[in-house]
Amino acid sequence: MGLAQTDKYYLPQPSLWPIIGSVALLLMAVGGVMTMREIDHGGWVLLAGTAILLFMMFGWFGEVIRDSEAGRYNKQVDSSYRWSMSWFIFSEVMFFAAFFGALFYTRVLSVPWLGEGDTMQQLWPAFQSTWPTAGPGLTADGFRFTPMGAWGIPAINTLLLLSSGVTVTWAHWGLKKNNRMQLISGLAMTVALGATFLGLQVYEYHHAYTELGLTLGAGVYGATFFMLTGFHGFHVLVGTTMLLVMLLRSIAGHFTPGHHFAFEAVSWYWHFVDVVWVLLFILVYWMI
Amino acid sequence: MSDAAHAHDDHGHHARPSGVMRWLTTTNHKDIGSLYLWFSFIMLFAAGSMALLIRAELFQPGMQLVQPDFFNQLTTMHGLIMIFGVIMPAFTGFANWQVPLMLGAPDMAFPRMNNWSFWLLPVAGILLMSSFLLPGGASAGGWTMYPPLFIQGGISYDLTILAVHIMGLSSIMGSINIITTILNMRAPGITLMKMPMFVWTWLITAYLLIATMPVLAGAVTMLLTDRNFGTHFFNAAGGGDPVMFQHIFWFFGHPEVYILILPAFGIVSQIIPTFSRKPLFGYASMVYATASIAILSFTVWAHHMFAVGMPVAAQLFFMLTTMLIAVPTGVKVFNWVATMWKGSLTFETPMLFSIAFVCLFTIGGFSGLVLAIAPVDIQLQDTYYVVAHFHYVLVSGALFSIFAGIYFWLPKWTGHMYDETLGKWHFWLSVIGMNTVFFPMHFLGLAGMPRRIPDYALQFTDFNQIATLGAFIFGFSQLIFLAVILKSIKGGARAPDRVWEGAEGLEWTVPSPAPYHTFETAPVVK
Repeated sequence: MGLAQTDKYYLPQPSLWPIIGSVALLLMAVGGVMTMREIDHGGWVLLAGTAILLFMMFGWFGEVIRDSEAGRYNKQVDSSYRWSMSWFIFSEVMFFAAFFGALFYTRVLSVPWLGEGDTMQQLWPAFQSTWPTAGPGLTADGFRFTPMGAWGIPAINTLLLLSSGVTVTWAHWGLKKNNRMQLISGLAMTVALGATFLGLQVYEYHHAYTELGLTLGAGVYGATFFMLTGFHGFHVLVGTTMLLVMLLRSIAGHFTPGHHFAFEAVSWYWHFVDVVWVLLFILVYWMI
Repeated sequence: MSDAAHAHDDHGHHARPSGVMRWLTTTNHKDIGSLYLWFSFIMLFAAGSMALLIRAELFQPGMQLVQPDFFNQLTTMHGLIMIFGVIMPAFTGFANWQVPLMLGAPDMAFPRMNNWSFWLLPVAGILLMSSFLLPGGASAGGWTMYPPLFIQGGISYDLTILAVHIMGLSSIMGSINIITTILNMRAPGITLMKMPMFVWTWLITAYLLIATMPVLAGAVTMLLTDRNFGTHFFNAAGGGDPVMFQHIFWFFGHPEVYILILPAFGIVSQIIPTFSRKPLFGYASMVYATASIAILSFTVWAHHMFAVGMPVAAQLFFMLTTMLIAVPTGVKVFNWVATMWKGSLTFETPMLFSIAFVCLFTIGGFSGLVLAIAPVDIQLQDTYYVVAHFHYVLVSGALFSIFAGIYFWLPKWTGHMYDETLGKWHFWLSVIGMNTVFFPMHFLGLAGMPRRIPDYALQFTDFNQIATLGAFIFGFSQLIFLAVILKSIKGGARAPDRVWEGAEGLEWTVPSPAPYHTFETAPVVK
């Protein structure tokens, strides 16, 4: 197929992008801490860092895309990208594992422990260790909340994400058959489904905060709920952005049936986000 | 093969920026390896100075030099920096220099990302070191960052958490790079079971890093939200549990212990066969032992927590799995000794450090076995016995292997032999100093002296004074090491391609110093 294959492994020139990224992360860390500690102008430092990071990502990924379209990546480079994306997704699995672990530990072990034994009876005699809970101290202080039900927005979101897994695969089939129309419309549908998911999740969070009394501070249920669904939502945002880039690149005529690992990497990532959601739906929303 | 190795700069290599821009923008694995190693060396002196301040304070009972809170800052930052800023970057530096050379690869798989992996470390270093200057000083909650203490601290605790995030990002990117290089960039003919042992240990280390660094990121993220966003992960009033942090932390923390020692095993497994002039004894068993250690390392984390009040069944499980790790580790020690058996031994500085590694790491391993016994650990938990144990595995283990590796490969990197006399001085002063600091700590711990406390009861004075004396001998003898390195960079006897008579492997087929670009065309290995 079209692209020239070089015999040598492509070694990029010296690059300024990494050090720009380091400056960005330094500013983001300092700005983030200033913001959290309510020090003046922290927000501006954080914003500057974020802007530089976005600039770096545009520049760096742009360079990689130009290298790829110029045919500098041979089969071995392609294989490197495949290995690295697999390991990156594995690292993401482990990141979510920490929070699923916290959910498991509190639900199965530490919350029941809070309801048994003499010490706990002395401290919080009225506490019923059931799930979901805001914990004995908060409950004793009169804190109340309503947990998030599974069969409203979360169920719709499950349908949306599962459908998006189908549309992205359909787009991939189109790419492999060199049917650009199928590729582009499949990707457009996937982006739309991802964006709708995010919109509904924003609505759900607003509902939780304003009507259910369910906040980050709602004990260990609120903490695990928002951290798990929040980090997942962030991954959907990243995934949708990457899909959008794939859509724009497809419209610009990038990718060939035999050379399109960027597309595949994004769809792997998308399926991973999908699987995490199914676990979330079952363990966070449904089984309460 | 050597033709391919010598043919470089033949197809219009890009102009390399000069001066500081060369180092900021470099995509060359050798440049980046050197950056890692120098960063690690600078941090060794920073965190080492903290250790000397700690030891100076502990020279006598009562408070002399520092305030208790500053003492806690010193122990916290000493631990964090030594682990994340010294040992891990040094091993990554070795990986950068050696993995492509050993595998006949033209560079790392992702040269730009490689640069970023390094240049994130100074960012984390700035966040950590600058916190000493902030109101309230640096983090003082211990390197393990346990809540509730770590939730109550001031601004530098937030900086420490974000520094850990950034170091984690660096480690994950670095590991993905190393693992991809090893799996995808080997020269034709180098099958997995023909890889040098150092490469094998790094393959497994990279896997451990990718599996555990994200878990640490999750743990410190929960700390951050408990501190700043009102969550109750580690607060029983909200249904959380401070002990949960310990579980998540040590799920990272115990594999981390092997992250800090497996590359050391790899380095020593390169050096001992070279100076024994025999192939490594039991190569395959070495590979399997390394893999077993890695797998078992995920099942032992709660032996750090025997005193928190776990169910007895859990204590027994973690005690037994911990003891099980001694089996593959014992296989390794046996293999190193068997490699030397009837070998034609010579005792250059790298070999001396490697032999010291085998002996002293084994002492640290045995004291680890003592601590693995849950009822004994209840007594020894948080005493100087623990401090003695992990310094035997981290100083005479990890750090000595780094010294050994530097002496071993320095001629390949600089093109000059190092000063053997100074090297021997460095070795003997280090080995005597190190044992003088840490051996008495076993007795202090058994007698009940608690760790992380700036004052102590009178009866502990003698051993503490001996330890402090040893610490200053050990600390200042590292200046000799600095001198050796600088001397070898500036000049000295020319090193041949094959620096050591018994050295085997691709890195010894390229000139010394190794040219900027090597193996642009893969060598063929039979």
